[in-house]
Amino acid sequence: MSILSGLRRRPRELPCQQVVEMVTDYLEGALSPADRRRLEAHLAGCPHCTEYLAQMRETIQLAGRITPEDLTPQMRTDLTDIYRRWRTEG
Amino acid sequence: MDADASLLRRLRDGDEQAFTALVERYHSSMIGLALSFVPSRAVAEEVVQDTWLAVLRGIGRFEERSSLRTWLFTILVNRARSTGVREARSVPVADAGPVVDASRFGPSGAWAVPPEHWIEEAENRIDAAKLSELLRGGLTGLPARQREVVLLRDVEGLTSAEVCEVLAISEANQRVLLHRGRSKLRQVLESELGGEPR
Repeated sequence: MSILSGLRRRPRELPCQQVVEMVTDYLEGALSPADRRRLEAHLAGCPHCTEYLAQMRETIQLAGRITPEDLTPQMRTDLTDIYRRWRTEG
Repeated sequence: MDADASLLRRLRDGDEQAFTALVERYHSSMIGLALSFVPSRAVAEEVVQDTWLAVLRGIGRFEERSSLRTWLFTILVNRARSTGVREARSVPVADAGPVVDASRFGPSGAWAVPPEHWIEEAENRIDAAKLSELLRGGLTGLPARQREVVLLRDVEGLTSAEVCEVLAISEANQRVLLHRGRSKLRQVLESELGGEPR
């Protein structure tokens, strides 16, 4: 990092581009305490990354609400056959 | 989870409806997972049916050291892998780029094109069926390894330890795959639902 860019930014401040790569480790509790503090300090001052994090949480929630596809009648019949076959195996 | 525990108990008591309930609950994720290892829907269905038969045959010996779903998915993945078809498919291209397109950041790494709003749209204005369809499409579009992890973790709600057990991968590898997969699903939602940039 050049001296100039060091002056423009506080040292060791995370750029947003790096924050988006750390989001999963953050949500998984896999960041070191130091990285977690840097990330949280960034979030406190960055509405866009805060929004991004909220969207990742929302994505996880929505994925958890995906409804299973209905079984086709053929699959249902096949699976019933499997069950009955197993019952007769004794 | 005790929905699964109770289904397990009923299944052991010979309750066919418990089997049906278990199938309804897991079948579509099992097909989705199997598809990541085998080349066609037809083969995936065969693998899943074999898995159900193995589950029924093994239920008496299942010792509940792992959860029912972990056991179920482990049998499935082992069967799907042992078809050996995966090796025959094209090797996935290394997927190592950034999870958000570099063009969305300025030279300092700060957002130039920040995330568009879509959470309210997803929560309030899109019906569950359309959202499911959108996300299922997004999942299908993921590279196989990422799809497996996102499906088990986020769709099925397994813990990271359970996912590592089912797929026989390390925690670190699991997190990388999860990160890439989730980030792409977020992008799918933004592209479909996003409005004005903030």
